[in-house]
Amino acid sequence: MSAFSPDTAPKKKPFSLQLDPSLFEPASAAEKEQHDVMRESTTFFRDGMRRLVRNPLAMLSIAVLLILLVTILIAPMIVPYGYSEVIRVGGQRDRTTNNMRPFQYSEKEQEIIDAGGKVFPHIFGTDELGRDYFIRVVFGARVSLAVGFFASIIVLIIGLLYGSISGYVGGKTDIIMMRVVDIIYSLPDTLMVVMLSVVLDQVLGNALQGTILQSIGNNMLSMFVVFGLLYWVGMARLVRGQILQIKNNEYVLAARALGAGAGRIIRKHILPNCMSVIIIATALQIPSAIFVESFLSFIGLGVQAPMPSLGSLANLARGGMQIYPYKMLFPALGICLIVLSFNLLGDGLRDAFDPKLRR
Amino acid sequence: MANPLLQVKNLHTVFPTQSGEVRAVNGINFNLDRGKVLGIVGESGSGKSVTAYSILRILDYPGNISQGEILYDENDIVKMSNGNMRQIRGARISIIFQDPMTSLNPVYTVENQLTEAIRLHTDRDRKQARERALEMLQLVGVNEPQKRLKQYPYQLSGGMRQRVMIAMALACEPDILIADEPTTALDVTIQAQILELMQELKSKLGMAIIMITHDLGVIAEMCDEIIVMYAGRICERGSADEIFYNPKHEYTKGLLRSIPNTSLAKEVLTPIEGSPVDLLNMPKGCAFAARCGSAMKVCLTEQPEEIRINEDHLASCWLNIKNKAQNIAEGEQANG
Amino acid sequence: MAEHLLQVEGLKQHFPIKTGFLKKTMLKAVDGVSFTIDKGETLGLVGESGCGKTTVGRSLLRLYKPTAGVIRFKGEEITDTNIQGFRRQMQVVFQDPYSSLNPRMTVADIVGEPLDIHRLYKTQKEREEKIVYLLQMVGLNSDHSRRYAHEFSGGQRQRIGIARALAVDPEFIVCDEPVSALDVSIQAQVINTFEELQQRLGLAYLFIAHDLHVVHHMSRRIAVMYLGKIVETAVADDILARPMHPYTQALISAIPIPDPKKARLRKRIVLEGEVPSPLNLPSGCSFRTRCRYATEQCAQETPELRELAPGHEVSCWNPQ
Repeated sequence: MSAFSPDTAPKKKPFSLQLDPSLFEPASAAEKEQHDVMRESTTFFRDGMRRLVRNPLAMLSIAVLLILLVTILIAPMIVPYGYSEVIRVGGQRDRTTNNMRPFQYSEKEQEIIDAGGKVFPHIFGTDELGRDYFIRVVFGARVSLAVGFFASIIVLIIGLLYGSISGYVGGKTDIIMMRVVDIIYSLPDTLMVVMLSVVLDQVLGNALQGTILQSIGNNMLSMFVVFGLLYWVGMARLVRGQILQIKNNEYVLAARALGAGAGRIIRKHILPNCMSVIIIATALQIPSAIFVESFLSFIGLGVQAPMPSLGSLANLARGGMQIYPYKMLFPALGICLIVLSFNLLGDGLRDAFDPKLRR
Repeated sequence: MANPLLQVKNLHTVFPTQSGEVRAVNGINFNLDRGKVLGIVGESGSGKSVTAYSILRILDYPGNISQGEILYDENDIVKMSNGNMRQIRGARISIIFQDPMTSLNPVYTVENQLTEAIRLHTDRDRKQARERALEMLQLVGVNEPQKRLKQYPYQLSGGMRQRVMIAMALACEPDILIADEPTTALDVTIQAQILELMQELKSKLGMAIIMITHDLGVIAEMCDEIIVMYAGRICERGSADEIFYNPKHEYTKGLLRSIPNTSLAKEVLTPIEGSPVDLLNMPKGCAFAARCGSAMKVCLTEQPEEIRINEDHLASCWLNIKNKAQNIAEGEQANG
Repeated sequence: MAEHLLQVEGLKQHFPIKTGFLKKTMLKAVDGVSFTIDKGETLGLVGESGCGKTTVGRSLLRLYKPTAGVIRFKGEEITDTNIQGFRRQMQVVFQDPYSSLNPRMTVADIVGEPLDIHRLYKTQKEREEKIVYLLQMVGLNSDHSRRYAHEFSGGQRQRIGIARALAVDPEFIVCDEPVSALDVSIQAQVINTFEELQQRLGLAYLFIAHDLHVVHHMSRRIAVMYLGKIVETAVADDILARPMHPYTQALISAIPIPDPKKARLRKRIVLEGEVPSPLNLPSGCSFRTRCRYATEQCAQETPELRELAPGHEVSCWNPQ
């Protein structure tokens, strides 16, 4: 009696609603079906992309990276100077082209302009050897990005293989493999990197005489080797963790009950479900690789002259920082921009795609 | 007659999300009297738990009460300040949850968690609070209470943890105990123990209980009055006998038909066709219409009003309105 | 006598658990279980959490390697052999419809996976047709095949899981708590689906659940488990009407009845105490710590299953 006191019961009399009596006919199945609508289908990917697009910082960083990419691809076609080319005016070596400020012209170039000719401006000025700085920075960015990218790929491949085997097989194999990871992890990486670079420099220098790879420079190669040897461990641990988690899901058990072999389970069930985490980790790996490369180049262990890298340019600019601050500014800005953009992109990807963070 | 202890009037609770507004509770009305057991029965998505959280104002962000009043002892909970609300929670209205493992803090001892509630709401000091905690543990039937006080939740079994939760909820002798699926995660024999305990405590302490569950058996055992919810609305409400023996809403009838009963005759189960409604895309009219075997055209376009079936029974279904209208029409014909 | 489809004798599944620094104890999840299932029959396996019923199901499917005992399928012993050949004949439906389907795969791929693994088709078209056929058999349709699992409700997902199990045309399905995670009104749909399929395809089921009434509805015979052992086996009606083991009696009496008048009249047997830890089983009969009829003998000797009435086996020194 109590729950139904007068003020909670409706006040109107039923047939005062004045409804059309024909509405009280039974509804057909078709009418009922319209009532019951299924939501539109989205895949996990589309859902995540939608979320990513709404993240302003992530979109900004994608824009910045795209602009950067376009610039470094197109610039060499527009700017008529090479990165190692010492500027010659009218076929003549011109000493006054050294160390020019941005948009400054040398004496000889000025003469040409006064006479009505065209000289492509030196957007970032020139360095102490008379090379156009802008194009050097562009090539430096190319090198840094390439190194960052390839190093991350190497890390991804080795880490993925190692982590998946360790995680899937489990047992003693897993324990041993992870102890190896622990040991490598505990080595001081800066020290190792420096040592390895020096050693590999010698070794590769001789081994690569006359091969194609020599053009890349054995310093670059040694950098790749260093990454391959040291930096995969973080990825391996991540992959292993993911695999351990996913391995216990019931759909993996279901696949085993259906008769699926280990290969199929890893390929079709485990990897696709941890892909997003791995991609995010790789995206965040790139800036750290670029940073390491810049650091190495800064201390002189990176790419060989005359091939510039943002780090080596910064190094060269150190001496004249008081007088020509712009020479340090541009490569440093370049590094910051690239690293920051990738980091923001990685964060944005993680917010968009990581299922655990979802509301 | 005394005023009801709790009055819920036209409550609406929504969760704004990126994909739209999830209307978890869509205008419900009910009362709770002192010392009575009210059962709220419904399936997942019916809004029963959200109702409980709305009463205690412990909704997860971004949920909020968009409309309605909740009158507790003449004060509107919806408009209450946070400070006043805190004084009510745990002391006047308490809640126990479904999964005792996640609702007890694993890094604090039993004593710590029990005395926290006591000391927050009364002025007992540590020693007195501890004594009270011991009293409560004995009241809820925990064996070796001295030992248990020093233990951590992981050292206790599921049934034991649920008892501790009940002890925590009752430590300050609240007027209302809300039990949100308290036995769903427990084994059947332990469930029986806990339900017996709750009955005992109710006679001893005289509090009102709101029992939220999907298990019709538990409802039949424990409740004086029942509310059946679907898609955030009340389908029908009445005394236990009325709902079980004289159901007037197709959903309730469907529920009762689809559970295997206790008699030995093996009948075919008649399930309710279709799937639960999507709360993001609430259909016009009656939310249950698409799954209702007796749906009429009006059910698809207009929400049914609640009408009185008899003294202890109210239902929201166009069929009842149609029947009543027909009866009245026939009555008039017979007379005139 | 016709041979049984499935025959299990003395199945034991023990797991080593670390309990101390260098100590290891055996968790006896299943400790000597025997039963048979005939073609087209459903055996219900009932018990509370920790009794080992899920482990029995998984051991049968060789998802674990049995510690001891013999499993025979159609007369052939399969305890130790390579199970691959039998995967087509024995399948499983899991409890949780939310985690037993790969969230990255479409319904078509999920249901088609067993077809892929066992190469049950020659052309893509054949594969598609088979998938649609399976979906229709469980009450879904071809539109659903392009969608992803998370777009469906619990009941529909469970039916996708059933379709997947049926793809290899098995004779026997282990149903591991298939309706426990579903809403009550949906449970009935899925139970009906199971029954229809049994009638149409002549499937045998091991139906594992903790809800005795659901099990009674589905099964011809029921086995009740407690702490790794079967304590009583009988025809379904007999278990409910004439339970002889004290645990079965308490179990039945503990189930809430959805009928207020009956509930008020019923006198309940409430079991005292807690379930003992499976790492530290009581001596003799494992149930004696909570049993009101326990005697000295119960502590000294472990009872065996004995036939106390036709078709009705009980493992107890003091059956009621």
